[in-house]
Amino acid sequence: MNPLRGYRKPAPGTQPEYLHPAYASSVKRAPTQPIVTLPDSLSEITGPIFRKEVLSAKAFDLTQQHKGAPLGERIVVSGRVLDEDGRPVRDSLVEIWQANASGRYLHKWDQHDAPLDPNFTGVGHTFTDEDGHYRFATIRPGAYPWRNHANAWRPQHIHFSLFGPAFATRLVTQMYFPGDPLLEFDPIFNSVADEAARNLLISRFDWATTTPEIALGFRFDIILRGRNATPMENR
Amino acid sequence: MSGRSTPSQTVGPFFSIGFAWLERADLTEGASGQGRVSICGRVLDGDEKPVLDAVLEIWQADADGRYAHGEDASKPMAAGKFFGFGRVPVNDRGEFFFTTIKPGGVDGRDGTCQAPHLVVSVFMRGLLKRLITRIYFPSDPANDTDGVLSLVAAARRGTLIARSGSEPGKTLVWDVHLQGDNETVFFDG
Repeated sequence: MNPLRGYRKPAPGTQPEYLHPAYASSVKRAPTQPIVTLPDSLSEITGPIFRKEVLSAKAFDLTQQHKGAPLGERIVVSGRVLDEDGRPVRDSLVEIWQANASGRYLHKWDQHDAPLDPNFTGVGHTFTDEDGHYRFATIRPGAYPWRNHANAWRPQHIHFSLFGPAFATRLVTQMYFPGDPLLEFDPIFNSVADEAARNLLISRFDWATTTPEIALGFRFDIILRGRNATPMENR
Repeated sequence: MSGRSTPSQTVGPFFSIGFAWLERADLTEGASGQGRVSICGRVLDGDEKPVLDAVLEIWQADADGRYAHGEDASKPMAAGKFFGFGRVPVNDRGEFFFTTIKPGGVDGRDGTCQAPHLVVSVFMRGLLKRLITRIYFPSDPANDTDGVLSLVAAARRGTLIARSGSEPGKTLVWDVHLQGDNETVFFDG
């Protein structure tokens, strides 16, 4: 029997707590009983591995999914998915979704009085390559109001969903933009107590992927949980 | 040793536009010769009101207790093409429903065998990170010696075990209680 290598638990403060009263929706949805610590088993160190054939060729380019071009500022969002030891997370599914340039989602429950864009769905998928690189072409999403508190506005963000190699590495997060004045007021961004960890959520402007005459580049690297150094004896 | 990885953030209210393409409520494709089981339930908030914007992701082994993953070398490769992944949103009445097969027992720690179970992630607006829980099967004698169930106080263990539905053996009911007297047991990740 091979020994199992589990995944590291996050350092204190580097992940949000469930209950974060400044984020009103957490109050009735956060568990109140202690979370049970679960040593990783085969069930957690395995997970779904998706095949690239599930994607269409245009899935990475949110500006090319309709007959016309979407309104807004074209951007390239790219980066690497790595584990905590800097190893690339290869051939792994990345999903994104976002508001359009006006700050409106193509969702039946979004009541924000801003226009939909018939040329923008706001959904993309891709896979990392063998070095962990991924790349999306999209438009910069608008900020939008929400009803968490008086005059509340979400900073511009893109939702990211990653699977990594295991159930244990599943991550859903949000990418923010550098210099956004709304960040300091956003209870979701500020739910992460550790400043260095919180700042991992902010992309940086990137000349290397800024495409002349076409699009600004933003770099967003994502770090998934690393593995324990010492295998735990399974048997 | 602990680590610093990218923090989780909530899926927000509009995740369904991003998740819809990969929804999968029938996990039985590629399953070999086993009876189907349908599992339904609701996700209930702190006011015991059904949550209308939650999604569950399921991960499970096949009927022989083998995961479709390179790190499961516990048993010979299964002949079928069972995948074991499900992505199941609740509907506009707050109900979820999926069909699968009962997995076999999988290897646990310390040489034990884990009782048949599904691992579950729960995502929704209001959750800054996913909830992690498990679904076990009712009346399975292996539950009595399962290493994970034994980590849980006896009074709360039942929240992890589905109950028989209208057709015993074929339908199961399992609810997620986010808070309250019957709060579901959640695990760290």
